Amino acid sequence: MGGESKYAGLWYVAPYVIGLLLFTAFPFVASFYLSFTDYDLLSKPEWVGTKNYEKLFSRDRTFDKSLKVTLIYVFTTVPLKLTFALFIAVVLNYRLKAINLFRTAYYVPSILGGSIAIAVLWRYIFADTGLVNMLIVSLGGEPINWFGDPTNALFTITLLRCWQFGSAMVIFLAALQSVDKSLYEAASIDGAGPWQIFRNITLPLITPVIFFNLIMQTVQAFQEFNGPYIITQGGPLKSTYLLPLYIYDKAFKSFDMGYASAIAWVLFVIIMVLTLIAFWSSKKWVYYAGDKRS
Amino acid sequence: MAMLSDISPKGRGDRRPPTQIELKLRRKARVSATIRYGLLTLIGLLMVYPLIWLIGASFKTNAEMFTSPSFWPNEPTVQGYIDGWKTSTPYTFGKFFLNSLWIIIPKVIGTAISCTLVAYGFARFEFPFKKFLFASVIATLLLPNVVTRIPQYLLFRDIGWLDSFLPLWVPSAMAGDAFFVFMIVQFLRAIPRDMEEAARVDGATTLQTLVYIVVPMLTPALISVCLFQFMWTMNDFLGPLIYVSSVEKYPVSLALKLSIDTTEAFAWNQILAMSVLALAPSLTVFFLAQKYFIEGISAGGVKG
Repeated sequence: MGGESKYAGLWYVAPYVIGLLLFTAFPFVASFYLSFTDYDLLSKPEWVGTKNYEKLFSRDRTFDKSLKVTLIYVFTTVPLKLTFALFIAVVLNYRLKAINLFRTAYYVPSILGGSIAIAVLWRYIFADTGLVNMLIVSLGGEPINWFGDPTNALFTITLLRCWQFGSAMVIFLAALQSVDKSLYEAASIDGAGPWQIFRNITLPLITPVIFFNLIMQTVQAFQEFNGPYIITQGGPLKSTYLLPLYIYDKAFKSFDMGYASAIAWVLFVIIMVLTLIAFWSSKKWVYYAGDKRS
Repeated sequence: MAMLSDISPKGRGDRRPPTQIELKLRRKARVSATIRYGLLTLIGLLMVYPLIWLIGASFKTNAEMFTSPSFWPNEPTVQGYIDGWKTSTPYTFGKFFLNSLWIIIPKVIGTAISCTLVAYGFARFEFPFKKFLFASVIATLLLPNVVTRIPQYLLFRDIGWLDSFLPLWVPSAMAGDAFFVFMIVQFLRAIPRDMEEAARVDGATTLQTLVYIVVPMLTPALISVCLFQFMWTMNDFLGPLIYVSSVEKYPVSLALKLSIDTTEAFAWNQILAMSVLALAPSLTVFFLAQKYFIEGISAGGVKG
């Protein structure tokens, strides 16, 4: 395409480049710097070296607790949600007439799930005399104290995220539908059962989307905020006090910007290390069908 | 060779009676379909019941709220809606809906325009550092916002944008939502360039080509972008929580949080009624345009 200079493309991406520098690159570097300072918004940031990090890892019991529940939350939520999403996608991937109806019904929670209104609903559903306990009692059981018990409270937050399995499921379903049907027929003629077919044909072929979903869901789960903030306020006994809540409180409640930045960086490094491990291990288990594009 | 797909209940042209194996396979298919339908219906009901129940409960009286797991109100009333709408603030929920709209509309328009320009640049031009810049789009996609949030806040504070909607609008209007750039680039790569090249040969500038040739073909992708941005902004809580401090500027999400904090424990019907209203715009948009959502996530993969 002649006529315009070779910088024409740069003009088009200019808004992105400016935004990247101003709102991503600069804040990224700045937060790293801030994590080595003491900054209360009133006076200038004061360089304190690694003091924030030392405090985090040696004397901050809240951080220990928060890190622990964050890891528990992520490592239970992500596998549960993805397994469920894949299971439903496999069940749906069949010549069912109502496939679109089901797909829609399952997708609705994903659309609404991040909304405060849903967190409000959750708070009410799991209240002492809320929907779930009313159902349990009407079936003859004992009501459960959902928000008073640390394990139960974390479970309600986990369940909220698993409930939003729809978007992961739609991605799985699209991948399942693109698997070449003749492979199934060939395997079935060779006498393979449904489980063998799933294990040895379907699963390897959809590893790229499993990988994609795994990374995206993990990165998002580490940043969960709305659910615990509205439903449990981090309690009881900080059992749902995920790191993003701690960072928010430190930064925007106690205006301890330096310390909050240090926690954010710890969280970032954890996410990055896990992502890198996933990318590194993907060479061993993700199968790209004779295709070097990613 | 016998294909499984040949053994369909509709039968083929020949009139021979079905063999034993065919009968067995058909029966298996029927059983399988029944199990699948049963399972899907059960899980589907379980998924959707909280929402159905929310709608029913919003028409209940407070007294009835905690007495029955049934969604159907015994004495339907709109009192929750009337009282909830008034709120405990000087404003009604109408004001908060207008605020949400006033955040959403510029943000959606800014997103659509900037992401189209940027994606066009990436998909159709060669320029210095292109590879690096496009890699940064992917990196931003994975970068947790939590790590940039504090300096962003300080930046917006220093330029005097706190308690305005500018921190919510401007980054999006600079193609800051990398996911949408990525999605449109993927879409553009799949569109043949013949028409664009013809237009360029006829003397159209690249911008004219973009506006008159590319954008019309991009329409389905752009609708997906606008719909997702609409929902995400409607649901966004943390952004307004950090940047919007005066109640008169509160969007619906903050107003709901405020009504939980300020309403006494016995006014659940008001809160649930307002929750229904808060979900209504997203639900309506979704049901009117669901095919764009499904296509959008299938094409690029989405958070959620």
